[in-house]
Order: sequence, then structure tokens, then C-alpha cells
Amino acid sequence: MLLAVLSGFILALFAPLICRVAGDRCGWVFALLPATLFVWFAWLLPEVMANGAQVVRYPWFPAMEINLDFLIDGLSLMFALLISGIGTFILIYAGGYLKGHPYLGRFYVVMLSFMASMLGVVLSDNLVTLFVFWELTSITSYLLIGFEHEDVKARASALQGLFVTVAGGLALMAGLIMLGTMAGSYSLNDVLASDADLLGHEWAVPMLLCILAGAFTKSAQVPFHFWLPNAMAAPTPVSAFLHSATMVKAGVYLLARLNPALGEAELWTLLLSFFGGLTMFTGAFMAITHTGAKKVLAYSTIMALGTLVMLIGIGTHYALVAFATFLVAHSLYKGALFMIAGILDHETGTKDVAEMGGLASLMPVTSVAAAVAALSLAGLPPLLGFVGKELMFEAVLDAPAWQMLLPVLAFGAGIGVMVAAGIIAIKPFYGKRLETPKHPHEAPVSMLAGPVVLAGLSLLFGVALFIPEQTLVAPVVASLGGAAEKVHLALWHGINMPLILSLGCLVVAGLILRFWSRLQPQLDVLREGLGRFGPEAGYFRIMEWLTRIATWQTRVLQNGTMGNYMITLALTTVGITGFTLITQYGVPLRLPVPDSGFAAGIALLMIVSAFFATGTVSRLGSVAAMSIVGFAVALIFILFSAPDLGITQILVETLTVILLVLVLFRLPGFTRMSSPLERWRDIIVAVMVGALMTVLILAATEVQFFEPISAEHVARSVSDGHGRNIVNVILVDFRALDTLGEMFVLALAAVGVYSMIRLKAEDQTA
Amino acid sequence: MREANTLILRTAALLLVPMQLLFSVFLLLRGHDEPGGGFIAGLVASGAVVLFLFSYGVSATRELLRVDPRDFLGVGLLIGLASILPSLILGQPAMTAQWWQIPLPGGDYYKFSTPLIFDVGVYLTVIGSILTMVVGLSESEESDA
Repeated sequence: MLLAVLSGFILALFAPLICRVAGDRCGWVFALLPATLFVWFAWLLPEVMANGAQVVRYPWFPAMEINLDFLIDGLSLMFALLISGIGTFILIYAGGYLKGHPYLGRFYVVMLSFMASMLGVVLSDNLVTLFVFWELTSITSYLLIGFEHEDVKARASALQGLFVTVAGGLALMAGLIMLGTMAGSYSLNDVLASDADLLGHEWAVPMLLCILAGAFTKSAQVPFHFWLPNAMAAPTPVSAFLHSATMVKAGVYLLARLNPALGEAELWTLLLSFFGGLTMFTGAFMAITHTGAKKVLAYSTIMALGTLVMLIGIGTHYALVAFATFLVAHSLYKGALFMIAGILDHETGTKDVAEMGGLASLMPVTSVAAAVAALSLAGLPPLLGFVGKELMFEAVLDAPAWQMLLPVLAFGAGIGVMVAAGIIAIKPFYGKRLETPKHPHEAPVSMLAGPVVLAGLSLLFGVALFIPEQTLVAPVVASLGGAAEKVHLALWHGINMPLILSLGCLVVAGLILRFWSRLQPQLDVLREGLGRFGPEAGYFRIMEWLTRIATWQTRVLQNGTMGNYMITLALTTVGITGFTLITQYGVPLRLPVPDSGFAAGIALLMIVSAFFATGTVSRLGSVAAMSIVGFAVALIFILFSAPDLGITQILVETLTVILLVLVLFRLPGFTRMSSPLERWRDIIVAVMVGALMTVLILAATEVQFFEPISAEHVARSVSDGHGRNIVNVILVDFRALDTLGEMFVLALAAVGVYSMIRLKAEDQTA
Repeated sequence: MREANTLILRTAALLLVPMQLLFSVFLLLRGHDEPGGGFIAGLVASGAVVLFLFSYGVSATRELLRVDPRDFLGVGLLIGLASILPSLILGQPAMTAQWWQIPLPGGDYYKFSTPLIFDVGVYLTVIGSILTMVVGLSESEESDA
């Protein structure tokens, strides 16, 4: 299982190499991996159905409950099957679509990593690992959307997607941590089985809201839906994958996964069905206002996501069956339709369906596949989409919440998708032949394989309903907490309310399609009006303010004067530390008296040289005076028998002086640049810092809350650390991880200094 | 920086530099039991090289080092990380110290361990950082002159 998830990442490492060796056929090579995974997941399915959920555990950070545990049940397996199955065709398709692209290797690196992250999301049992994979999908999809990175729009869209999903991800993290803490376990399997009263907990509402924020942003629910159509800037294979089986389904997966634990909450039901319904309607409506093939599909994806979220929210038996069926149907037809949109774009050179027409005779295979997939999208018999839609109507009609609103929204959405389906499948292929920028002909096999197989499956599953019923829908319903044995799918339910609704949709949609080209200008106006006040305008407003505040803050804090930086740092430290110190511990007033004349002498020496350093007009004198302070500190270390520290202090002092002397020559002499008033201000700040440090040290020696661990270190130094030099044993053994971190800091500092010197030197030569 | 043109410093440096470098290795190896250790040893070794730099100049120092000072950084960090590997291979929590007795001629044993390897990493990183900065500064000064 671990290998199954991580193999995508491993293959991604070698992707550029494989691309170079395999050339144009590399898509077929890469597709072998998801194909193998698909077979393996399919092979696991009967076992899981017979024995219930399984958890495979791989300890990662067991002490922190962060493990690479994988939960295999009906829900996760179905998602894994969709990801690997559709992924196979997408990878093949991408090979044809991006043939000869200079960054093909890079594309496959990100694509394979994305696929692996997605598998990680749906298979993870551990909440923390799930979150890690979740964020990985955000990052990899950012790279995929912005793949054409020379295009400004692609970059902006990628960034927008990243901001929205990562902001939601942050909320999700908080929500998952709350959930884990409340349930007492970070294992999903335990959380779902937990008998702790999750919903009665005082954190229940914030936890729910945080998790929903994460899921809603990821799954493009209103009002966060705007990033999804913009993500169309990605190459079409990416859109096809992102929209059909992955990325946006991650949020839906999470909601479905947590439904058994949280579905009882009233808030959950209300929010999910309301926002889901609203999203469903908005998506369907926006879809018909566009003419770009990919935009239409993108909005119909939003409609589908809304439907799925709404169905989870409704949560009845019908709704769960409808959820599973609709999910499978949508993944199949949406994958196919996106690939077809890509073929049209690839072959004709335009993305606008209004400019296409009469392509059916030139591209017979594509047009048939498009017709089948579009029929499924529209929800017409005998396709799987029809079954999904009928079940959806059924679920909506007996929904416990929002009883009036949901059927109306569902009816509107039904009309919208039928029109969208017509736009995609009828407009480009039939009617008058229109001239396009490129002369179209049938797409290559690599690009046809996906649409044909996926559309074929939509048909096969629709006709032979027992296949999806037993293999996909029933296991999912079981994992969602429904009754698997009651699942029964059928094309014909007799003449009932859903069928009448469907017929109504069909009539209205037919009318709209008939006059679509005449309606288009009005729809354009409407869309622009919405764009001005819609949530996307809000996003831009927020980003604008963010930049403005950042600019203002930078101007104030980073005004370029060294003195200003130091005062800011000093005052912040004094303020925060001093406040904590005084409010928490009070000010220790007992001043220690030096116990020997020697120590007093050293202290006096330090004070005198410190004053000299501030008063002298010579830079060298100042440096020398500072180093006297440093050496005096070393003397104190030795006085208190810490030879290691003493040696280190002396060496560091020496090297500091050397470094200072090296830069000293290039600095001008001291000049008086500040007014007397400013000098008084500086003196006050300096005295405050000094006073704070003194009080801090006094407090640190006086206040002790815990037994110091130094005794433990001393005791275990020889027995466990095999060394008598405790300082060294601590550095290289007991706390070696800290030291390792410090090594990296040191190295980074050196590289930073070096590049600053170099930069200056290059400026001068230039 | 132009090299200091004093005969006494140059002659003394020839004697002192190797001794100081040797001393730094001594500090490194005994560090686990007596005052010393990778950090201090690294500082001492860098001090030695800086002394050579002051008396003979940058280009001579580069020749003496043979490799770029920045390479010490990378190698030091790599060695520090590599010292984690044995514990992982043995399936213990990362960074668990491993100890091996290496027989010395004369029937004695030397305690060799992953903390020592780690300390070598610290040693090289310290040398690398200081020399990167000092050599960089001296070179930019030379290009100024």
C-alpha cells in the first residue's frame, strides 16, 4: 500500500529521463503505473467488500501519532480506482496533446506527483498525513495550472487557485487537529468508530466550520467557486484530471469520509445542503452563459460538485446512493468531455464553440464519444448520468432540510447541464461547417483512447447497472454509513416525480438551445454584471488591500535606516519580554554581590570598556573595546570552571575581531549624524535593553519552575553518551538534532554573507 | 588584503599553522571526554588558516586549501546528515548514537562513534563558514585595491 501511494513520486523522479528515452511514446510508458495500480485496487475490492474496512499501518513519527496509515474501504477504493483509472487515460492523452512540448518531462514530474498526492489523500487513515497529501495536491496543482508559465493569465490563475485552496487548507488543518483532539485519536478509522460525543463537544462548531472551509474551498463551492473556471488556464489534460476524478473531488471525499461521524449535526446538514444546492444552481447557470468549451465544462463541474456536497448534506439513504452513482457518472463523462474539448481545441485551433460547426463528418469517432458523454452529462437514458440524476431528484424531493428550495435549485440545475451538454456535443459537430484557424482532422489514438473508453463505460454502466451497483455504489454507501444491501439501481422507476422533472428539464433546455445563439449577447451582459459584484471581485479586493497593507507596513518598518531597525527590534523585545516578565514573575530586586575581588575586577573592566566603546570617536577603538568585553566574558566562564565555553568565547572573539578588521577599512570614520535629541532617545532605548537583560538574568537564576535537566545530563553523560565532556555529549549526542539545525543556519549565514560580498563586487565591476 | 610583508610573521606562520591545524584535530578527537569538540576545533583550524591568509595573501591561501571554502560547508553538512544513517539502517530512532571499538596497535581501543562522525561534520561546517566569509571579504578587498 505504501508502495502504491509513493510509486507515483518515485516514478516522477525519473520522468524526465523516461521522456528523453521514450520520446513521443512516453505517455504510454507512464500510463503503465496507474494502470497497474488500477488492477491492484480492483483486485482488493472483493476482499474489502467481504471483510469490511482495513487499515494498513506504517509508523512514521509514532510518538506524535503521525503515521503513514492507510484506510482501505469502499469509499477510498472507489476514489483510488477513479484516480488511477482515469489517470491512466489522462497520461496517455497528455502524451498526444503535449507532443513535442519542450517541458514534457517537467509536466510528467508534476502530473505523477499530483496523482500520487491525490491517492494519498483518499487512502490516508491518519489525519495529519491526509492533510500533508491534501496540501501536496494544492501545490502540485498550482504547478500544473501555471504550467504555461510564460502566460500571465496562467500564472495569475495558478496563484489564485493556490491562495484559495491553501487558505482553506489552513482552516482544514485547524479543524483536523480539533477533530483529532476531540476524538482522542488521529486515525480516521478510530475517529469514525469513536463513541466520544463529538457533536456535544464545546469545539464542535468551530471544528465543523474549519473543516467545511477546507472542503468548500477545495471543492469550489460558492462563494469560493471562482478559482475553478480560471484554472482552465492549465493544459487540457490537467483540467480533465483535476475536474473529473481528482483535486476538486478531494473536498467531496473529505466530506463523504467524515459524514458518518459528523452527519448527525444539524449545522452540517444545513450548511452542506444549502451551499451545495446554491453551488449546483450557480454552476449550471453560469455554464450556459459561456461559449468557451472548457469554461462551459468547468461550470458544469461546479454544478456537479455542488450536487455531491448537497447530497452528502441531505444524508438520507437515497441521497447516499445518489451520491455514489452521481460521483461515478460524473467522473466518467467529465473526464471524457474535457478530453474531447482538448481534441477540439487541438484540432481546430480555437477554444470557442461558437466558432465551430459541422465537425462530425471530419471527426466521426470524437463526435460519437462526445455525444455519448454529453448524454450522460445531460442525464438522459440509458446512460449512467441519467440514473445519477434521477436519484438526485429523488433525494432532493424527500430531503429533510430546505424542502422548498432544493427541488427548485435542482430543477434549474438540471436544465443548465442539459443546455451545457448541448453546447458541447451538438454545436461543434453539427450544423453548418465553419472555418477554423486550423484544418481539423481526427485525433490520434493516444488522444481518442480516453474519451472513447470513458464514454463507453458511461454507456455500459448505464445499460448493465448491476456492474456499478455491486462494485462501486454499494461499497461506498456502506462506508458512508448507509445500508449497502438496500442499494438497487434501475433505469426505469415507472412514471414518478423525478421522471416528470427530467422531462420538464428536457423541454426547457431544448427551447434554450434552440435560441441559444440569439440569447448569447444578453447572457454576456448578464455575466459581466455578475462579474463586477461576484465573489471573484471580492477576492481581487482582498488581494489589493493585502498588497496595500504590505506596502505600508514595509515602508514603516523597513525604511532603510539601520538605527531604525535596531530601535524597532529593541523596543519590541523590551516591550514584549518586559511585559511578560513583570506580569508573570514580578521584578527580582535582590542584586547579587560579586563574591571575589577578581570577579568584581572583571565586571569593572567590562563596564569601563563598554562605556569606552560608546564614547570613542575611532572605529578601531570601539571594536577593540568591544572585544575586551568579550574576553572578559571568557574570563568569567573560566572563573566558573566552564573551560569549553571559555575557549569557545575566546576563539569567537578572536575571529570576530578579524572579521571586523577586514570590513573596517571600507567603512568611513564616525560622523555625527543624529541630533542631540535623537541621541538621548538612543541612550534611553539602550538603557532599557540593558536593564531588561539584567532583570532577565536575575529572574532566570532565581525563578525555577522545573527541576533543571542539567543533573540528568551529568548523570547520563558517561553511561549513555560515553563521554566525560558533558557540553560535547549534549551537542553531538543528546541534542544532536539542534546542533544539526545550527549547522545549517551557520552554513546559510556564510552563504548569505558571501553572496552579499559578491553582489557588491559585481556591482563595482559592472 | 595585501599580505603583511613582515618576515617574522611569515616565518612564524609557517611553524604555527601546521601546529595549530594539528591541535585542532587533537581537540576534535578528544572532544567527547576533555574540553574540545567539533565547534572549538573548527574555530581553531579556521584561526590557523586566517593566520596564513594574513601572512601570505588570498591566492596563496586558496592554493593551500586546494578546494573552495564553500565546499567545506557542503561536505560538512553531508557528513553531519550521514551520521544519522547507521541508526536508521539498524531500525532505531533517528540519531541514536552507535559505538564501535576500533583496536589500536598495542592492545588499546579507540572509541569510534556516530557522534564523532557528526562532530567531524560540525568541524568542517564551522571551517567552511568562517573561511567562506573571510576569504570572500579579503578577495573583495583585493578587487577594490
